[in-house]
Amino acid sequence: MTKRKANWAHKDLLGLEYLSKEDMELLLDTADSFREILDRKIKKVPALRGKTVVNLFYEPSTRTRVSFEVAAKRLSADVINIATETSSVKKGETLNDTGKNIEALKADIIVVRHNCSGAAAMLARNVNISVVNAGDGWHEHPTQGLLDIFTLKKKFGRVEGLNVSIVGDIAHSRVARSNIWGLNKLGAKVTVCAPDILIPPGIDKMGVGVTDDIDRALKGADAVNVLRMQFERDDKDAFPKQLEYFKNFGITEERLKKAKRDIVVMHPGPINRGVEISSGVADGANSVILEQVTNGIAIRMAVLFWVSQATEKKKNENIN
Amino acid sequence: MRILIKNGRVVDPANKIDGDMDILTEGVKISRVGRSVKTDADMIIDAKDKIVMPGIVDMHVHLREPGREDKETVATGTKAAAKGGVTSVLAMPNTLPAIDCAEGVKALMDIINRTAVVDVFISGAITAGRSGRELCDISGLKKEGVIAISDDGSSVDSDEIMLKALEKAKKERVLVICHSEDKGLSGKGVVNLGFTSTRLGLRGISNESEYKRIERDIKLAEKIDASVHIAHVSCAESVEIIRKAKKRGVRVTAETAPHYFALSDEDLLDYNTNMRVNPPLRSRDDINAVKQGLKDGTIDVIASDHAPHTENEKEIEFEYAESGSIGLETEVAVAITELIHPGLLDWRGLAEKMAFNPSRILNIEKGTLAAGASADLIIISPDKEWTVKKEDFLSKSKNSAFLGRRLKGVVEYTLCKGEMVYKS
Repeated sequence: MTKRKANWAHKDLLGLEYLSKEDMELLLDTADSFREILDRKIKKVPALRGKTVVNLFYEPSTRTRVSFEVAAKRLSADVINIATETSSVKKGETLNDTGKNIEALKADIIVVRHNCSGAAAMLARNVNISVVNAGDGWHEHPTQGLLDIFTLKKKFGRVEGLNVSIVGDIAHSRVARSNIWGLNKLGAKVTVCAPDILIPPGIDKMGVGVTDDIDRALKGADAVNVLRMQFERDDKDAFPKQLEYFKNFGITEERLKKAKRDIVVMHPGPINRGVEISSGVADGANSVILEQVTNGIAIRMAVLFWVSQATEKKKNENIN
Repeated sequence: MRILIKNGRVVDPANKIDGDMDILTEGVKISRVGRSVKTDADMIIDAKDKIVMPGIVDMHVHLREPGREDKETVATGTKAAAKGGVTSVLAMPNTLPAIDCAEGVKALMDIINRTAVVDVFISGAITAGRSGRELCDISGLKKEGVIAISDDGSSVDSDEIMLKALEKAKKERVLVICHSEDKGLSGKGVVNLGFTSTRLGLRGISNESEYKRIERDIKLAEKIDASVHIAHVSCAESVEIIRKAKKRGVRVTAETAPHYFALSDEDLLDYNTNMRVNPPLRSRDDINAVKQGLKDGTIDVIASDHAPHTENEKEIEFEYAESGSIGLETEVAVAITELIHPGLLDWRGLAEKMAFNPSRILNIEKGTLAAGASADLIIISPDKEWTVKKEDFLSKSKNSAFLGRRLKGVVEYTLCKGEMVYKS
């Protein structure tokens, strides 16, 4: 692994806003060494043997849940999936009570996906076991941010100095926020691009450039991260028309001609072909969309590994 | 009972007093104020190095009774008040049911007479069930002792009904208190709109949703030369609108709460639901504008907006959590820490904002230490520091936005109508 002395002190992973550059580098380096396991004949190491990971998902999600499940299993952890579409307060048990029950079942890590921003942070305050945020509302999706950064690092050999544009519904995107915090800390230059209505107020204070001109966003960019457009959103916020959006912001072969030839095209998935990205681009030579999926496993292995180390450390401190 | 308070620094804005004096209370009244009062008394309190000022008159308190006794009762809320140096509270009418009829007032008055530790005045609702649709019988409410009306928690959306309310209240001489919020603009927002809402990924509440409605409320009052009081002012534009209205002679008064000058939206970073309040904690610029408004007299009153909620309603997802923070037991110390010590207000200024002005606005005989006045007074150690802790609250609820904060200023004694209702 790395020669640098590992120094990870976080019981939980709640967002990239709360990690240092060194924390992120440790996760990226660890993911790099775990990435190789995925290509072995026997894709399993005993790092988390005897640990239990509970995937607690309050929102429908296949890809993130499966990715966490595969990651945990590659590390020999036991995995339990709890999917529920009822959010607390309306009926049933509160999130805190559910969390405390999972803790009482002697699980070690809760991976939580929730429709409310801040839900993972609240859960982490109320249980002693590790909490990994698998996406909370519009707030953060730290493992997605890390896997995007990891993918860039694999492509370019570095993150520092890269120009990365994020295109799409920035206002309601946890993926955008995690990418912005993470990329900024690692020295990349980030630009967000969307129609005005989808640019949240004060986003420039997060240290990004802002434009509503897609050609400008693509020009000189080393990578473009294309966000999923959720036209099915039921919200009072006005939303651009689907066709109009594709015309003005869709990533097409035509548009990419004006960008750097080797621009990397990313998408957190699931993709809407012909909505935010053309099929030609999604399946084309610049696309790393499927590599992102594979890299996601390595990142999640690294995250599960390090948060469980932190709880181990805490337990030992308590004993001493 | 005669209580002699000796050697304190007596602060009484009504009589422009700020100096070392003694005060003698006799029964429910103050009988003498002067330099070295020599007399026998049942109790002598040495207030050397302490501030002696009128008991706090908090004109924005949710006592939750009747209906939500799990959050607070008149008994627990007034005990908390006494501890916080508050000797008079105005109870807000958003109870269950709302205080919107004579029977409701009578029932509440009965609870107050049986259980209150400090003086409780009652605000009735403006409209039936606080629904904004049908005006309450305001003269009926007044006859039962209501001194103000408010749909607090909601604003009366209809201009027509609001205008009628102001007219009727003017005639009946009760104060109209406005919760100025345009729900059409604030919508499902939960935090201040801006960098904080973006960073936290939560729906924002614009300043506009507040100041547009304040503009309207002032315009309606101005039209018929009625008085109007604006509750919990939180943002810069609102302060400026009120400042201008006062200049042109509108009979508008305004209040803010300690959290609007002591905390900003940046304090919300860990989704602390105790800091979810309505209006929301605003930006640093707004805080400075509120402080300026306090300093130049645009904002007349500091009131707690004491809003107790159970843990079940607070320790949940941020967007599901109830809005509000308790404040009775921290308001004096927060004001001392944030306004007196930095030199923004002097002690007379503080006593004005927290005792004298609200008494004048509510037209009640409180808020002064003159001989013959109600013996409502507090003795404060101005420099003593303490930390806000859950277990120290007397309020039934513990949802304080100030939990964990270091504050300066301790209420040592609270006298309400000559009776010692709290001693530290």
